[in-house]
Amino acid sequence: MRGLLNKVVSRSLSVAGKWQQQQLRRLNVHEYQGAELMGKHGINVPKGVAVSSIEEVRKAIQEVFPNQSEIVVKSQILAGGRGLGTFKSGLQGGVHIVKSEKVEEIAGKMLGQVLVTKQTGPQGKVVSKVYLCEKLSLTNEMYFAIMLDRQTAGPLIIACKKGGTSIEDLAEKFPDLIIKVPIDVFEGITDEDAAKVVDGLAPKSADKKDCIEQVKKLYKLFCDSDCTLLEINPIAETADNKLVAADAKLNFDDNAAFRQKELFALRDPTQEDPREVAAAKADLNYIGLDGEIGCMVNGAGLAMATMDIIKLHGGTPANFLDVGGNASEGQVVEAFKILTSDDKVKAILVNIFGGIMKCDVIASGIVNAAKQVSLKVPVVVRLEGTNVDQGKRILKESGMALITAEDLDDAAEKAVKALSS
Amino acid sequence: LSAPLAGCQGRANPHNGQSNPKVRNDDFHFLRLITPQKTFLSPIFPYHLAKRLIPNYFALRSRAAVLLPRQALIVNKRSAQMARQATRLVASLSSKLRSPSPRITPPSSSSSHSLSQSRSFAAAPPPPPAVFVDKNTRIICQGITGKNGTFHTEQAIEYGTKMVGGVTPKKGGTEHLGLPVFNSVAEAKAETKANASVIYVPPPFAAAAIMEAMEAELDLVVCITEGIPQHDMVRVKAALQRQSKTRLIGPNCPGIIKPGECKIGIMPGYIHKPGRIGIVSRSGTLTYEAVFQTTAVGLGQSTCVGIGGDPFNGTNFVDCMEKFLADPQTEGIVLIGEIGGTAEEEAAALIKASKTEKPIVAFIAGLTAPPGRRMGHAGAIVSGGKGTAQDKIKTLKEAGVTVVESPAKIGTAMFNVFKERGLVN
Repeated sequence: MRGLLNKVVSRSLSVAGKWQQQQLRRLNVHEYQGAELMGKHGINVPKGVAVSSIEEVRKAIQEVFPNQSEIVVKSQILAGGRGLGTFKSGLQGGVHIVKSEKVEEIAGKMLGQVLVTKQTGPQGKVVSKVYLCEKLSLTNEMYFAIMLDRQTAGPLIIACKKGGTSIEDLAEKFPDLIIKVPIDVFEGITDEDAAKVVDGLAPKSADKKDCIEQVKKLYKLFCDSDCTLLEINPIAETADNKLVAADAKLNFDDNAAFRQKELFALRDPTQEDPREVAAAKADLNYIGLDGEIGCMVNGAGLAMATMDIIKLHGGTPANFLDVGGNASEGQVVEAFKILTSDDKVKAILVNIFGGIMKCDVIASGIVNAAKQVSLKVPVVVRLEGTNVDQGKRILKESGMALITAEDLDDAAEKAVKALSS
Repeated sequence: LSAPLAGCQGRANPHNGQSNPKVRNDDFHFLRLITPQKTFLSPIFPYHLAKRLIPNYFALRSRAAVLLPRQALIVNKRSAQMARQATRLVASLSSKLRSPSPRITPPSSSSSHSLSQSRSFAAAPPPPPAVFVDKNTRIICQGITGKNGTFHTEQAIEYGTKMVGGVTPKKGGTEHLGLPVFNSVAEAKAETKANASVIYVPPPFAAAAIMEAMEAELDLVVCITEGIPQHDMVRVKAALQRQSKTRLIGPNCPGIIKPGECKIGIMPGYIHKPGRIGIVSRSGTLTYEAVFQTTAVGLGQSTCVGIGGDPFNGTNFVDCMEKFLADPQTEGIVLIGEIGGTAEEEAAALIKASKTEKPIVAFIAGLTAPPGRRMGHAGAIVSGGKGTAQDKIKTLKEAGVTVVESPAKIGTAMFNVFKERGLVN
């Protein structure tokens, strides 16, 4: 099942991801937000407006698209595969091209409904906004992406003269069609670099000089907004010989949140796992899975290893949670609350090897959390490292019914055993 | 000042056979002779004057500070115990010193007298460290006056690391933890002859701190900071590749430690034991597991390098592998990897090409990680089917590496390989 899921996910993910090690960052923005951002940077995008209610739909058609006979109606969810998805209410497809009279009807069937695609998982995602955009007559579809490449240790532009949904097959069959242009990060994009990219795109009718300008603007957007990936598939030529970004996917560097406040304000919590939203509020590094053993660990590597060893002993991890080195008692309490609020969790494993993280801080956090939340599941605690003796003492003196473990193996074994108790 | 120098004995070690990296007897004797106990730690002591008279003054002070029980430095029972032992040692030494006729013995050429060495004759420079750091590495701390900088510099001093100064812009000329603070790395390097730096600077300013250290041409920069924007690190990496003087370890790493000699970073010193295994890892706490286990089976560690969890970093597995393979003290190597990127595959290629006979054990974290999700570390992500743990494990096995399934079995696996090869009794 995992193999199948992997295959499905990897096929749906962009070409850029397939043969380059790129980063899929946590901040994804909706298509309409991406289009707005690109528009601000002078990049040609189809005219469009995002709406969240029927009244807004009406207004948009009157004001923005008075003369259009056909309009593209796109559900806005943070996942791909919308065109082939299905609404739980029955409507097939998350993207429709309809006559302007029918826009209200179709938008009404999308707004507030749950759309299930190959990438959303069976639970789907709710469509809170719909994007109405002009239907362009695209004469030629190409592929364009910019990413930070580990191999060249810098920005890399990828261009292909054939874009569209079959890009992955193309990459396999005709790798020569994929042009890669590394950019010197100190010099920035030169006219030569941009020209090479445009040659790779090989537009048929659009003015080469205009295209070069568009490429440079895209690069500027990539750098200014701390993007880790900017993928435009398709980047297309219109009937009036312009290069237009018909659909774009932008990922942003989480680490740059402190200097991209406007951008990160675009985050849509309705599209995220509520457990993860709560964890982010408490500044915890948390990823929800669907197993039975909740984990609380310090350090990402150790957290992954803890998930692995639980699996090895026959259990299933319910989450990844890294409390980090500087976690406060309050954060530990929050972490505990999130773990215990998960219905699927039947046991909790706390695995702490304190370097900067002090064992007594974790222990106090656990004791305080237990006081605030009624502990219904067994808790296995393994402490080692800085202040381990104080930590162990705090736990013992609390009188809590905790299962203590000595090492990783012991901890995982006891956690799995506790499931059946 | 030659009389007090001459009055000191050569490097005698009362704990014969037990190497205690913290007690440099001759250094301490000298300080005790020029000042009564404790006053040289007082903030009003004219350290600028002392500095001019004694070049190594700050190094001596920081080491001497260790030997006096100070509540602030005691973070656990272990260090309190060591502080008590040290006080007893001090008491016994001081009683010897107060004997009526000081024995004037000229320093023998075999005794490495760090003071006279630096002042009277130009001794040959020590050989470069086998794996980036050793007991001679002189380190400054960028961000020393911050919370993390303070805590970890204290710990480093306690461990015996040669911390020689710190850098915090606008606080130059002051003193912190007994060390001089400078406004810039270049200044610090000129005054303290430092050759390495550790960075505890918040993410918005960390990349600039690395660049500064690079411009000052330090040999080694260790950046602990997590959360540096990738666009910043890409620039740092590009700059690093255009020069060959400075090596960067990190960012987002726990640091590097040569047990018994030098600790740069946030790792708990006490779990380490000088020994035979080189450890290189992308993780911090998972490394401590490996250290704990290799100490428990009696093998100990030669050097442990944390290369960090970011996708754009200064040192990778291959760089550490090269050093480990050439280091005679490193008889076995532990490699701890995780999902994302191709660093492990590159290491496997190097190992295969080297045809080394040194046992190598690896553990790759993240077999159970879901694809497309960033697992904590910025670089730990499986995307588009690439960078999976399965691929890495396969590639490493093909290179002859023993890959363990369980993170709890790293130590025993290494021990078993050693046993098979007749390297342990």
